[in-house]
Amino acid sequence: MMQSQFDIVVVGAGPAGMSAAVEAAKHGATVCLLDEQQRAGGQIYRNVAQTTPAQAKILGKDYLAGGRLVQELGQSAVDHRAGVTVWNVGEDGAVTYSRNEQAGQVRGQHVIIANGATERPVPIPGWTLPGVITAGAAQIMMKSDGLVAQNAVLVGSGPLLYLVATQLLAAGAPPKALVETQTRRNLMSALPHFFGAVKDWKQLVKGMRFLVTLKRAKVPRYTAASEIAVEGTDHAQAVTFRAGGKDHRIETDMVLLHQGVVPNTQISRSLKLDHRFDDIQRCFHPVTDALGQSSHPLFSIAGDGAGIGGAKVAAISGRLAALNALASIGKIDAGLRDTQAAGLIRSRQSELSIRPFLDVLYTPPEEVFAPADDTIICRCEEVRAGDIRKFAAMGCDGPNRTKVFGRCGMGPCQGRNCGLTVTEILAAEHKRTQNEVGAFRIRAPLKPVTLSELSALSDTIHQDKTQ
Amino acid sequence: MFKPLETPPSDEQLSFTFDGKPVAATRGMSVAGALFQSSTDAIRNTPVSGSARGPFCMMGACYDCLVQIDGVTVQACQIPVTDGLVVSRVPNTHKGAE
Repeated sequence: MMQSQFDIVVVGAGPAGMSAAVEAAKHGATVCLLDEQQRAGGQIYRNVAQTTPAQAKILGKDYLAGGRLVQELGQSAVDHRAGVTVWNVGEDGAVTYSRNEQAGQVRGQHVIIANGATERPVPIPGWTLPGVITAGAAQIMMKSDGLVAQNAVLVGSGPLLYLVATQLLAAGAPPKALVETQTRRNLMSALPHFFGAVKDWKQLVKGMRFLVTLKRAKVPRYTAASEIAVEGTDHAQAVTFRAGGKDHRIETDMVLLHQGVVPNTQISRSLKLDHRFDDIQRCFHPVTDALGQSSHPLFSIAGDGAGIGGAKVAAISGRLAALNALASIGKIDAGLRDTQAAGLIRSRQSELSIRPFLDVLYTPPEEVFAPADDTIICRCEEVRAGDIRKFAAMGCDGPNRTKVFGRCGMGPCQGRNCGLTVTEILAAEHKRTQNEVGAFRIRAPLKPVTLSELSALSDTIHQDKTQ
Repeated sequence: MFKPLETPPSDEQLSFTFDGKPVAATRGMSVAGALFQSSTDAIRNTPVSGSARGPFCMMGACYDCLVQIDGVTVQACQIPVTDGLVVSRVPNTHKGAE
């Protein structure tokens, strides 16, 4: 029988979850770490412990740095359960998951949610065509499938767009073009934040180096692009857009979309924790204090799932959440928590210094939040932006009611791909703030479960109770 | 579409079937990755309009890469390829489908 009671349960084995679990175990807590992937690392350090020399060369130092965390996790006493899909987190700290058709449940006195970020939805005409994937997906395929996207056109904005482009270049598959949405006006608005960003000059230099590399390789870059669409019937065939006062058309069967990442709030929403809309990052964040404590005493949130800061920030906030959890269950006292937290909070602050500059410079264009009427926004149920506007005119005043009006957000992805867009469209239609409009209510199961998994679960719980 | 970063050693090469057709893969690849490698990007039709869809996020969030294994609908990006795995398309339930 597998152990089912733990001091601390951590959901997600990215940088935040790994460091939270390791830190908590170091202080003598029993820790269970649940993660959907076969190996620890999250999306950012995906497969890092198994990279071949060729992959290592292409993916770079920052990626390989994640190997140390994976190693520390392997040497710790953490009970790491890989390849499990968490589909319910109860208010009592019970976390239910399935693995290979079997269901399981663990209970923590405190639960740390470290489920990271997902790509921001980029609803443009043709984004549902096969051959259109996220830039993150292309990177995942380099990391874990050993595959490189060829003749890709990268569309959107943000640091990851340049990182992926240079990685493709290094892998011998130069992208066909970068179609970027940031404008001169974005740059002007970002300038006041430049002095803050200079504190992290190494990151700035790295960014500049990406641009120089792309220029040397003669990868065409179009900036301030608008009216972007993907053409095709059964596959992507071309990207069309306007830039520099001209219409452009670039043929490709591989389009990589990216407009930054946003917190994955499926678990925090399902627990009805408090969330606030962040006007700069333009997404919802669960409300947490400096240590990651959420609005519910049993739950802390660490990493990008609490607000986008990147891998290094996530690793620091993982340790902070562990200290918070340890103190809340009496494993350490508040004094030790605060002394250890102080230094971590300072280093997180310095890691975050470049963030406001990047967030403003690469803020998504309005057409991402206000897609044209005939653009699909809910990929699962194929609901279009114009449908949501029609629902709004008919009196639909909140995201949950769009489900009743037209099944928006009711498909298998449970609103992961349309939630933010629905909130933005309803806010614009009703002239209200995103906070006033709110977000989809999320209910378990967080991921679809089969009936056999459900019945296996009742057997497991029954055995637990009769022991 | 996609090319391998390097030639895998022969003991790492696997084969599975998608709708009865053999597909080559390398150990560690997901079903979605291997299908992409074989230039198969359209792997299902949507129930609403019948339009073609393929893998999109590769991290288990979008549910666009649904396939069937042993009669169960699963996400192709979350399933590592094993030798001899039998994968099929999810039935096209769109009203206009033959």
